[in-house]
Amino acid sequence: MYRKIFENYEKNDRSSLIPLLQDVQSEFGYLPEDVLNEVAEYINISKASVYGVATFYNQFRLTPLGKYVIRVCRGTACHVKNSANILIALETELGIKAGCTSKDKLFTLETVACIGACSIAPVININDEYYGRLTVKEIPKIIKKYKNAAKKEEELKTVSV
Amino acid sequence: MVELEINKIKVQAEEGMSILDAAKSVGIKIPTLCHMKDMLPTGACRICVVEVDGMRGLTPSCAYPVSSGMKVETNSPRVRQARKTIVELLIENHPQDCLVCVRNKNCELQDLSERYSIREHRFVGESKCHAIDISSASMERDPAKCILCGRCVRTCNEVQKIGAIDFTNRGFISNVTTPYNKGLNVSDCILCGQCILVCPTAALREKSSLKEVTNALNDKAKIPIVQIAPAVRASIGEEFNIPLGTNVTGQLITALKRLGFKYVFDTNFAADLTIIEEASELISRVTNDGSLPMFTSCCPGWVKYIEQNRPQLLNHVSSCKSPHEMEGAVLKTYYAKKTGINPDDMFVVSIMPCTVKKFESNRSELSEENLQDVDAVLTTRELVRLFQIAGIEFEDLPESHFDNPLGESTGAAAIFGTSGGVMEAALRTAYFKLTGNELTNMELKDIRGFEGIKESAIDIDDKTINVAVVNGIGNVGPILDQIEKGESKYHFIEVMACPGGCINGGGQPIHQKPEKIKKRIKVLYEIDEKMKNRRSHENESVQKIYDEYFEHPNSNKAHEILHTTYINRKDILKN
Repeated sequence: MYRKIFENYEKNDRSSLIPLLQDVQSEFGYLPEDVLNEVAEYINISKASVYGVATFYNQFRLTPLGKYVIRVCRGTACHVKNSANILIALETELGIKAGCTSKDKLFTLETVACIGACSIAPVININDEYYGRLTVKEIPKIIKKYKNAAKKEEELKTVSV
Repeated sequence: MVELEINKIKVQAEEGMSILDAAKSVGIKIPTLCHMKDMLPTGACRICVVEVDGMRGLTPSCAYPVSSGMKVETNSPRVRQARKTIVELLIENHPQDCLVCVRNKNCELQDLSERYSIREHRFVGESKCHAIDISSASMERDPAKCILCGRCVRTCNEVQKIGAIDFTNRGFISNVTTPYNKGLNVSDCILCGQCILVCPTAALREKSSLKEVTNALNDKAKIPIVQIAPAVRASIGEEFNIPLGTNVTGQLITALKRLGFKYVFDTNFAADLTIIEEASELISRVTNDGSLPMFTSCCPGWVKYIEQNRPQLLNHVSSCKSPHEMEGAVLKTYYAKKTGINPDDMFVVSIMPCTVKKFESNRSELSEENLQDVDAVLTTRELVRLFQIAGIEFEDLPESHFDNPLGESTGAAAIFGTSGGVMEAALRTAYFKLTGNELTNMELKDIRGFEGIKESAIDIDDKTINVAVVNGIGNVGPILDQIEKGESKYHFIEVMACPGGCINGGGQPIHQKPEKIKKRIKVLYEIDEKMKNRRSHENESVQKIYDEYFEHPNSNKAHEILHTTYINRKDILKN
């Protein structure tokens, strides 16, 4: 299946590294290690170089995204409205640092430069939902909501099986 | 030719020459860090910046070609200030542990700090924090000490063509590391240590075995035995201010005895033994339609390379153990029996110019009845440290001779330490074995020297034997491709992973003197020329060992003790 991606590129052509990585990422949502090794072999460059490029660019990720991706706006307006504390509160609540995914693979925490919703600063966005004029106090409640939703989904799955 | 002015001095330079080289030609030294001779410049470190009249910013002299009428300042206040700031910034992001660092007094960053008289810490801030990679048996990587000059990356990629390490991440957290930051032992690294030789700091270094060896020397129940590789005697003097290219065999033996080694043997003895076994194996492959071409197996870096990359060709590799492993195996079997020493009590140390030999000595295949053939490997550099602690200075040392019977050797064995040497030694003996006559012109000039791939052909009776010598693992790829396609014309191929051979091994003294390889090689060829016996089969102690123990080359007993097996590491690394 994913090997089809390779068919669009010539073998041993090192200049196709970045487009290949982009295709792999859009297939998997991230860059799995074994696929990266195949990329290296296909275009004949070292695994270390592929890894080097994959870690150089922000657009590539080496770990899968969580079920819920939390983006914390760290733009100017949000910064003035204390988004730094919102981020700390999220990091504490989830037990992970920005850029990481929680162990249960439910949450990925990211920061973004500006979400474009300055009127409701400070703002975060979880998948398609936006939460504006946030206070630190509200964070645990929001996270709990998503945890419960995920739990329910799991239960439904087991019942239907 | 173009004429330019450097520091108001008129300079004639060839077109295309860098400002750096032009300045050097009139005795003006410009400091460098990322610059590597004979390679394209990267201009990464900026320490070589100069002021060029009419240009806005400072210019990296390593990457900028001279032009006619150019006016260059290498010592203006602006240049000095810029360089000083670069050094200060590098130092502040570097551990402040020079006093306890393995590269203390042999560090290019330390030298620059001294050269620019840096006497205070002007910048204080966060410094990078990385774990030390101790995963491999031969080497350590300490990224905290890395200044990101990229010399190791380029050596690994462009010279050795392995590509085990590369730059990863970006900005403050950028770091030279292995794929997925997983450690050298599971990377494509063959542990050749060429990166150590070019590292300006201690970010890359050998894994030290000094503790084990010192403990064995202190242990009254142990009998410490040492053997010296051919390349060590040609280089260790450099660390004691003896001129490049001096043979210090005699002093080295005395020094080792003074350290407390009971017996000092010569790996060259086993090199002769290797030749007898390897030449016989070649002859049997040629006459019995075995897998050809046959590869030499003396270089553990090469063996690791083929195990990792082309395991399907392993049947082409000679099954002979490498010389120091043969020496260890003979010590723990034949010699132990002959002298009545319990092999359990022996502690065999190999002094090697090599980092991979540490990995090799741990291979489970290289053991006799659960005793490793060699108990510890010290690089040339580590041995120097032992001598320093013991207060042994080479200049005033009298000369001694090797102990016997494992100390006798021929000229053929001496040249094992250089690219082409194993091949030359093997052909001297193979010719004799096949024809009964001695090779008259035994100095095979075609396969000496610095070419990446050297070829020769030798007529033995009515058969032409085609041989090739691969100098540096980066040149082996095309040869292996030929074999896979069934197009190889060769019968016998020598491969040494380090450019120049063991003489330029990853365990040798670290300095950037350009003449080092040539001068060290000269020592080995001189030893060969001066020897009474220059062919391995003339080694009387080797002949005796066959009479008393192995019966004949490639006998069952010889196979059991002097030969080994290989494994497919490609599959292991994949999982």
